[in-house]
Amino acid sequence: MSHHLVEVRDLSFAYPDGTEALKGVSFRIGHGGSVALIGGNGAGKSTLLLHLNGYLATMRGEVRIGETIVTRETAALARRAVGVVFQDPDDQLFMPTVAEDVAFGPLNAGLPPAQVETLVAAALERVGMTHLRERPPYRLSAGEKRAVAIATVLAMSPDILVMDEPSSNLDPRARRRLIGLLQSFEHTKIIATHDLELVVEVCREVLVMDAGQIVAQGPTVELLSDEKLMLAHGLERPHSLRHVQPH
Amino acid sequence: MKFADWTGIGRMDEMARLASPVQRLDARGKAVVTLAFIVAVMSFPRHEVSALTPFLLYPIALISLGRIPLWFIVKKTIVAAPFALAIAIFNPIIDRAPLASVGPLVVTGGWVSFASIMFRFVLTVGAALALVACTGMNRLGAAMEQLGIPRAFVVQLLFLYRYLFVISDHAGKMTRSAELRSGGRPLGFRLYGSMIGHLLLRSMARAERVHRAMVARGFDGRIRVLRQTRFQWRDALFICGCLALFAAARVWNLAAGLGQLLAGGAS
Amino acid sequence: MHMADALVSPAVGGTLWAVAGGLIAFCGRKVRRSLRDNLVPLMGVLGAFIFAAQMINFSIPGTGSSGHLGGGLILSVLLGPYAAFLVIASVLTVQALFFADGGLLALGCNIFNLGFFPAFIAYPLLYRTIAKGQYGTPRAWVAATVAAVVGLQLGAFSVVLETTASGISELPFATFVLMMLPIHLAIGVVEGLATAAVVSFVAQARPEALPAAPAPAGAAATLRPVLIGLAIAAVAVGGVASWFAATHPDGLEWAMAKVSGKEELAAPAAGIHQSLASLQAKTALLPDYGFKGAEAESAAAAPAAAEPKAWPAVSAGKSVAGIVGGVMTLALACLAGLALKAHSQRRPSGNN
Repeated sequence: MSHHLVEVRDLSFAYPDGTEALKGVSFRIGHGGSVALIGGNGAGKSTLLLHLNGYLATMRGEVRIGETIVTRETAALARRAVGVVFQDPDDQLFMPTVAEDVAFGPLNAGLPPAQVETLVAAALERVGMTHLRERPPYRLSAGEKRAVAIATVLAMSPDILVMDEPSSNLDPRARRRLIGLLQSFEHTKIIATHDLELVVEVCREVLVMDAGQIVAQGPTVELLSDEKLMLAHGLERPHSLRHVQPH
Repeated sequence: MKFADWTGIGRMDEMARLASPVQRLDARGKAVVTLAFIVAVMSFPRHEVSALTPFLLYPIALISLGRIPLWFIVKKTIVAAPFALAIAIFNPIIDRAPLASVGPLVVTGGWVSFASIMFRFVLTVGAALALVACTGMNRLGAAMEQLGIPRAFVVQLLFLYRYLFVISDHAGKMTRSAELRSGGRPLGFRLYGSMIGHLLLRSMARAERVHRAMVARGFDGRIRVLRQTRFQWRDALFICGCLALFAAARVWNLAAGLGQLLAGGAS
Repeated sequence: MHMADALVSPAVGGTLWAVAGGLIAFCGRKVRRSLRDNLVPLMGVLGAFIFAAQMINFSIPGTGSSGHLGGGLILSVLLGPYAAFLVIASVLTVQALFFADGGLLALGCNIFNLGFFPAFIAYPLLYRTIAKGQYGTPRAWVAATVAAVVGLQLGAFSVVLETTASGISELPFATFVLMMLPIHLAIGVVEGLATAAVVSFVAQARPEALPAAPAPAGAAATLRPVLIGLAIAAVAVGGVASWFAATHPDGLEWAMAKVSGKEELAAPAAGIHQSLASLQAKTALLPDYGFKGAEAESAAAAPAAAEPKAWPAVSAGKSVAGIVGGVMTLALACLAGLALKAHSQRRPSGNN
């Protein structure tokens, strides 16, 4: 059975103060897909991501991860299948040391200590941060923090990786390493970002959001080089696609 | 407290990661021994000075074996001194009864007890700071929990410690921009309320996001940790050795004994 | 008003450690049962916030001085008494560990003085009663000021009690009270106003961030733990007094009794300490090493650092010996330090 499928149908959500953040969002991402979620600030990207692991309960519509419809009861299951890397690694790295932070998820899943050890070592190895094991997170550079934050999620062996602004605050070298890392992942990926160059390199498909709705969905190069579409939703065509003529 | 002091915390954590025989000792052992040290020092009668001197060996040993810069500890001790000083200074004022005269100089009981308080201050503060600098907050937290301090408290302590750096960074940026506008004068009350209020709201939003990240990784109200601490022979040896030393120094005035020996030899 | 280790006797420090430990365990259980798992990060981050807020000062009009937030009251308003107490305790622990601001032995005293009174007395009995769930109104400002002042006065009074019971400072009880309370009256007013200012800002900017007005039943429910807390406090005070009486054969009064030959002095109540202090000042000689040597001789035949015969010398000789020995010991300790340091630096630093 595959959990790699993500399906969202007619999802709507309003915050307690009345702000309508999502207005009937629908999309479907198949196994191994890599999808970018783009759109201006306040378009509803983060709110949408918080529904994928059941942190926000669906008000209307449904979210389906593999065979499971995400509800309050199945949220724990969804959280094992969907690993979320949040925008600010300082929010994500809350434990005293890097190793304890990476172990946090597997321990909550009830795995035995020996297996947790192995998972921690493997996840840190995967992102190339083994040497930081015993360091407290606040002493790390932005790039290191980001890599460790990804490791904390990888250690839970999720089927789907969800990332919110993974390249924010990174210097060019750290950003380059991140892109390499993301390209190497086999997981289904959903990446919310303003970094359209990263989208070009990492994602095959793009969802464009504006004002709580999905306004366009399609192959990356095709959508991102559509100057009119980009400008209409507060975005711009990436430099690397300057030569590409829209259809 | 100034923002510059914050760097001190980070430095103490770095010192705690150095490889030395003291840093390698089990945190529980060091915590227990340091507490015993403080209790022993504080159990002397108030006019005691010379019998306390052998106790200096403990913080000095931690500091030098642990390769902790002495000046760092001394500076922190001086910064912390005003409260003890403010209370102790009343002793010579109140207790003017002469205890002894050294040549023309009359020493009153108050000055002796003042010296005793200040020396004990140096001993207790030095030992506590040395303990932290050669152990680090994280291992100390783990040790506290293993020693039976309620987990809710320890978890909260480690969270506080973790976010000290993040929140004080915010606060630092806010005050710098406020100072740029006000020319370095302290804030007016109204501005203060809104600035601290902002800081509070940002902190609460931060807590909300941290909670979100915790829930995303299966947090259910209980913090589980993976800790491998080994209590070894050298830890047992360290504890027993130190406690025996403190006991001996508490029962016998080793310094006076040494003085007698020297005086006896001279005459 | 963080008490330092150097002013606290083991009996007082130990008793208040036990009290603070009991309160921490009690609050920990309460918080765990509250089923708000977002409290875990919220408490930690708010503790860090208090630290950061204490570094920011505001000017107090007309005085030329400045003040800052203490934190006990605002934490109680934001988190309720149980969680607030735990946060205050951890703030004080970090201050003691990293800034030597208040000592380890004195930590129990400091947690009790600065945590118990705001969280379990000032907040539930005064702040909530007066503020009636309002934020930012004159009523709320009065509530915060009254609660902060009373909380700090109680805390300061408690500092005086603990210091006097420890018997290390010579400050007479009454003088100490007269010194501490007015200072903390001023600090309390500043604390109250700062708390009210921050709370009313938040009430305007994001009212949903503040807890809603408590239901009447909630108010009644908080009273029981307060009573329990008071009972613990009462037991603690009794414990300090009795423990003190029981332990002083080992302490200062034992030495005094030996010197003055008046055994009946050895059982004072904590309150009459100052009269003993003055009496002691009249009778005590320079710390008399002689009797301790004799004690050592009779108690244990273990070989001491010196020949036992050398101990009972004439009084002046003994004081000289003490001074010479003390200086020598200090020098030896420093030399040992240098040697150990040289030794540890010769070792390859290895990897940890």
